[in-house]
Amino acid sequence: MEFPGQGVTVLFGPSGSGKTTLLRCLSGLERSPEGLFKFGDATWQDEARDIFIPVHKRPIGLVFQEPRLFGHLNVRSNLLYGFNRTPESERRIFLDQVTEILGIAHLLDRRPKFLSGGEGQRVAIGRALLTSPRLLLMDEPLASLDQQRKREILPYIRRLQNELKIPIIYVSHSLGEVLQLVDTMVLLKQGQVVANGPVETVFSQLGLRGQIDPTLMGAVFDTTVEDHEPEFGLTRLRFMDHLLHVPKQEAEVGRPIRIHIHSNDVSIATSSPNNQTSVLNILAAEVIEVGPLDAPGYSVDIKLNVGQPMLATITRKSLARLGIVPGQKVYAHIKALKMVHEWDDHPMQ
Amino acid sequence: MDVANFDFTAIGLTLKLAGITVILLLIVGTPVAWWLAHTRSRARVFVEAVVALPLVLPPTVLGFYLLIALGPNGWIGGPAKAVTGSALSFTFTGLVIASTLYSLPFVVQPLHSSFEAVGKLPLETAGSLRASKWDAFFTVISPLALRGYITATVLGFAHTLGEFGVVLMVGGSIPGKTKVISIEIYDRVESLEYTQAHLLSGGLLVFSFLVLLTVYTINRRLPLHVA
Repeated sequence: MEFPGQGVTVLFGPSGSGKTTLLRCLSGLERSPEGLFKFGDATWQDEARDIFIPVHKRPIGLVFQEPRLFGHLNVRSNLLYGFNRTPESERRIFLDQVTEILGIAHLLDRRPKFLSGGEGQRVAIGRALLTSPRLLLMDEPLASLDQQRKREILPYIRRLQNELKIPIIYVSHSLGEVLQLVDTMVLLKQGQVVANGPVETVFSQLGLRGQIDPTLMGAVFDTTVEDHEPEFGLTRLRFMDHLLHVPKQEAEVGRPIRIHIHSNDVSIATSSPNNQTSVLNILAAEVIEVGPLDAPGYSVDIKLNVGQPMLATITRKSLARLGIVPGQKVYAHIKALKMVHEWDDHPMQ
Repeated sequence: MDVANFDFTAIGLTLKLAGITVILLLIVGTPVAWWLAHTRSRARVFVEAVVALPLVLPPTVLGFYLLIALGPNGWIGGPAKAVTGSALSFTFTGLVIASTLYSLPFVVQPLHSSFEAVGKLPLETAGSLRASKWDAFFTVISPLALRGYITATVLGFAHTLGEFGVVLMVGGSIPGKTKVISIEIYDRVESLEYTQAHLLSGGLLVFSFLVLLTVYTINRRLPLHVA
């Protein structure tokens, strides 16, 4: 399997799916009995040739579930611990930069035990960044924080991704936590990769039913705020040629908002609604593929193209009644959608 | 017997013995304690029991075996004689070896528990921050285990000061070479020189009490860095 050399790649799966083990092997904290790990041109592990580069010689930064700050050192010394051990020629990230991005400049002289959980985790991220890693590995870095602290940290992670351009591999079992960060999604189950790809397409693949939490299936759209309709209490979001209505957002025009649509909340009509429905969000779509019909139960997944793939789950009876076939032009009625930043913690089943 | 003629040889010798012993113990005890704290080997309980033996054995038993081992025909004394020309029984070196074994549990056990409390995670964390294992041990683990080191140093030192049986068996009582305070006290009492015995005993009592008091105070005040 290959990971992209940029953006945020999320390893997503329930506990026991092997995501943390994979991360530990990538970092060199553990040596898998067999395996081949390469980073760019460098080989980190090749059991066939008995090559194993230990963790302290890999150009990585690691962030754990807990901050794991060194209690005998203050924040500044914690931040500089790895920096001082990084050869001068490899230093690309400096203290001022990191304290500015993470908002921790005022904490430098404190001892770790006087930090809140969110502050501690920001310092831990900063400490990892100051080794100027070429790859940042994060193992559920927000797991020990409450909802509010998570929201406090996520923008910082996005920001360091934007400003420092370090590829991030991020392990998580909580979709709400990662959906606003992720570029590439790797879905794991019992040590196997069940799906991987760009977040825009990974949840709209057919054949994932039974493999992942069904509430994940549907689509992820990256939209921007088009305008507000205060008289109706709505905000309109632009997604390609479409405009989607959502409850009023406190966000200025042009701001990006990622949304997730659950396939059960999408229904299909074969004729133009002509404003004869109460559903506001209707997208013209083309049927790409009809999912397997031999599955147990009464429903079937339809893969649609609305400029980007999207799944709709309808009953097999409706499928037969409407006579839906690939290539057909239809209308997708979206009954509900979720703004990603509104996601509550949503652990995988 | 007046105080002016007081002989300080035994005191100097005792402090020298305890000092050298503690340094040796920290060097030997650290890897043993680290191994005990982190190994999953079945040999662990065996090693733990061996380390704890000096706590329960009469010092004369330990002293007896050490006397034989360090003597001219012993498995330590024999080779030593071949190399240096003399065996180790009734020498200062022999005393150091004996004291090290005798005080081993007093150093290993506090280190063992503080290494367990610190855990292996700081080592991993330091590793991810470019620190080699040695580097991480000296810059992260040791400072975090500082309480353990202070307790180990003091207990090792104080316990060596107080030993009698082992020293008597292995070292005899050669003034200036192997005659430490505890034996000096014994000799004075035997020869009814109670003033000297009082001075030495009282001194040792006050010193030991002050040392322990200091340790417990430091341990109270010293912030425990482990979450």
